[in-house]
Amino acid sequence: MKPELAKLVNKAKELYDDLGLKSVQAWKAAVPGRKAIGYMPIYVPRELIHAAGMLPVGIVGGGDRLEIIRGDAYFQSYICHIPRSTIELALSHRLDALDGMLFPSICDVIRNLSGMWAMLFPDRYVHYVDVPQNYEAGVGGVYWHREIEILREDLSRLGGRPISDDDLRQSISVYNENRKALRDLYEVRSRKPWFFPISEMYLMLRAGNLLPVEEHTALLRAYLNEAPLEDGRFEQDESRVVLVGMFCEQPPLGLLATIERAGCWVVDDDLLLGMRWLMGDVSAVGDPLQSLTEAFLTKSATTASRYLPEGHRGRWLVDSVRRNRAEGVIFCAPSFCDPALLEQPMLIAALERESIAHTQFKYSEDTGQFAVIREQAGTFSDSIRLWSEP
Amino acid sequence: MSATPVKETPAVDLAQKERSMVLQKQMIASHYEELATAHDSGKKVVYTFVPGNLTELIRSFDLLPVLPEINALQSGMRKLSGEYIAEAEKHGHSEDVCTYVKCDIGMLKKGNIGPTGKKLPKPDLLLLSYTGCFTFMKWFELLREEYDCPVAMLHVPYQSDGHIHGHHRDYILQQLRTEVIPKFEQVTGLRYDEDRLREKMKLSAQAEDDFVWVLESAKNKPSPIDAYFGGVFYIGPMFTAFRGTPQGVEYYQALRREIEDRVTRHLGPITPDGPMEKERYRLVMEGPPNWTSFREFWKMFYEEGAVVVASSYTKVGGLYDRGFRHDPTRPLESLADYCMGCYTNLGLPTRVELLERYIREYSADGFMINSVKSCNSFSVGQLLMLRQLEERTGVPGGFIESDLVDPRYFSAANIKNRIESYLQMLEQKRAARVA
Ligand code: SF4
Ligand code: SF4
Repeated sequence: MKPELAKLVNKAKELYDDLGLKSVQAWKAAVPGRKAIGYMPIYVPRELIHAAGMLPVGIVGGGDRLEIIRGDAYFQSYICHIPRSTIELALSHRLDALDGMLFPSICDVIRNLSGMWAMLFPDRYVHYVDVPQNYEAGVGGVYWHREIEILREDLSRLGGRPISDDDLRQSISVYNENRKALRDLYEVRSRKPWFFPISEMYLMLRAGNLLPVEEHTALLRAYLNEAPLEDGRFEQDESRVVLVGMFCEQPPLGLLATIERAGCWVVDDDLLLGMRWLMGDVSAVGDPLQSLTEAFLTKSATTASRYLPEGHRGRWLVDSVRRNRAEGVIFCAPSFCDPALLEQPMLIAALERESIAHTQFKYSEDTGQFAVIREQAGTFSDSIRLWSEP
Repeated sequence: MSATPVKETPAVDLAQKERSMVLQKQMIASHYEELATAHDSGKKVVYTFVPGNLTELIRSFDLLPVLPEINALQSGMRKLSGEYIAEAEKHGHSEDVCTYVKCDIGMLKKGNIGPTGKKLPKPDLLLLSYTGCFTFMKWFELLREEYDCPVAMLHVPYQSDGHIHGHHRDYILQQLRTEVIPKFEQVTGLRYDEDRLREKMKLSAQAEDDFVWVLESAKNKPSPIDAYFGGVFYIGPMFTAFRGTPQGVEYYQALRREIEDRVTRHLGPITPDGPMEKERYRLVMEGPPNWTSFREFWKMFYEEGAVVVASSYTKVGGLYDRGFRHDPTRPLESLADYCMGCYTNLGLPTRVELLERYIREYSADGFMINSVKSCNSFSVGQLLMLRQLEERTGVPGGFIESDLVDPRYFSAANIKNRIESYLQMLEQKRAARVA
């Protein structure tokens, strides 16, 4: 690997392995009084944390790099893995750098985890971010505006200074740049997936969980420049697939690499969807809370945890397949993930109405065996290529 | 989730059939009869959920409610759920997800025959009251794919800190005014009639007073009721189609009179094997029951002299015992408050506080958690609740695992063992205290 790219990848990998949040500690130590706020998937308005001068830190469990010692005592065997590894991280003091935690409304697991957090860590700030499922401006919009206003008040209190509208508008602009960089990356990757191997690209996304947003945007831009210059990255006869179901508990890196090695080029996915939840810019003029509200109502991504008032559930997935010229969809959901797994039959029906190929398997963030998945993804990829031959 | 068992219930073969049981049976039978002929007689049908149900509003539009959770639990009791779940899994539903949903989808795929053997009518409207459970949303989205009918979504904010906030109430009110009521009007062709709603709410509040009296009768020693296994029958009319109806009022009056009589005579609860002779253990129960082996499960308790004096499951349709009443003077506001206050819509710390109060107020010897695989809404956090409750009350807790309607997850021998050893442990503690 060329040194420029290697530098970026190594930096991202180091952050990926930083389960103890050393980078966050360092960020805090650099300026006394700094605070960091953790958040779980999927969406929280990180602009508010940023505007309070704090570091938003994405927490997505411990993956396959954490031994669960205490976490299993808190969760029954039929509950997905991310809450147990997240509790493990906290009980083993790996999350001590966080001064607060936000739990968005995505499913009953994360919801109840917020209450567990409140009981286990009574001294820390805990907030349940209950996003509206009504997308009417006068209804869900008014409610959401008030919710984020409360969050703003809380964060001001925690940070010991008011968050001005100017602070917020500035933060919105900074996050717009980040969202733009992510959109660019997804757009180029969709056209030329061979430049951006999924396991590498994932590290770049994931770095955004820990890095200050400005640095993350710079990393993404550098990666966009460097990745295509790497030797040996050229178009091959691979299948173009969309990955669905990974919006919360994250797959191990090995799993992503396995899918790719099995002959699939990922052209779209819902990995770490929260970073790309708002699919366009947020207005950086006028009332910033209103801008964030409007963006939420009109620019939110579609996924299992979001209610859609009309039409078939799978329209967005079919659109993604078409837009990205994908040849098939791989449903790859965490075991016991109610939202993803309940959504799946509806998505499959939508794909079948359009004769789009699909396959499915489940994972856990600590899955270590990929042989079966490799076999299945390989067969899927082969079958797509066979069908698509003239 | 909630309960109104119809067949194979203790009501059928209890030594003494009490008037309330007969009444409830008649009410349910006539409701299902009405449903079976609904479309022929020009009635409209709305499917909705138990937590946060808007029964008074529904009834004020002359709509007939169908509660899919009730159908699922009925299927469980009638030993049909295994087959229905298999059917849903055959259609691509994961084995990992809530079995109520799969049971309902399986039932639908197999002809939608309801608990009384008659076909259930298709919905004219799906009222997605999204209260206390994320899965509800996916459930009705799945049904929406099956039925070509409108959906009214009512998103009820979670009470993570245990308080109702003004903007939460306003949000629900706005949804009622701009989403739910207009859809009711559209489907029925009727105008919203607030006076009619008030009338119904008056009746609700009346029945709610008696219902609370019944629940609190368990503070007596011996308790005249089992507030979990028996409780699922008592919540039936209140949590389903009969709030705001004269029959509902009549049922709770009758029930109260019967229980008053039991209290006067110092009698324990009635079980499927007749009245319970001696109350040996008073328990508080967290989590829903298992339906596929409901009677067997209950027997494991009553044959040991264990009676449940308070349960959280009987609060999924509202926390009336903590003071909530439907209020005819502020009908929509009160519906909003009702929705927010249902048990599974409360943050875990509030749930723990509630159970702690039950343990103290009902002088419980112990508490038990039945953790069901299906229900993340109930189950996530229960192991921490167990610890917290033990710490706060000094009362030991028991933990068992089963499922609602998936017979594959009811291991009778295991559960019986657990219950027995738990009760033995309570006995030993008691003996040690006396010594
Ligand atoms: S993996 Fe699925 S079920 Fe588990 S916390 Fe995330 S969204 Fe919820
Ligand atoms: S998850 Fe629980 S509350 Fe939700 S539908 Fe299933 S059983 Fe009912």
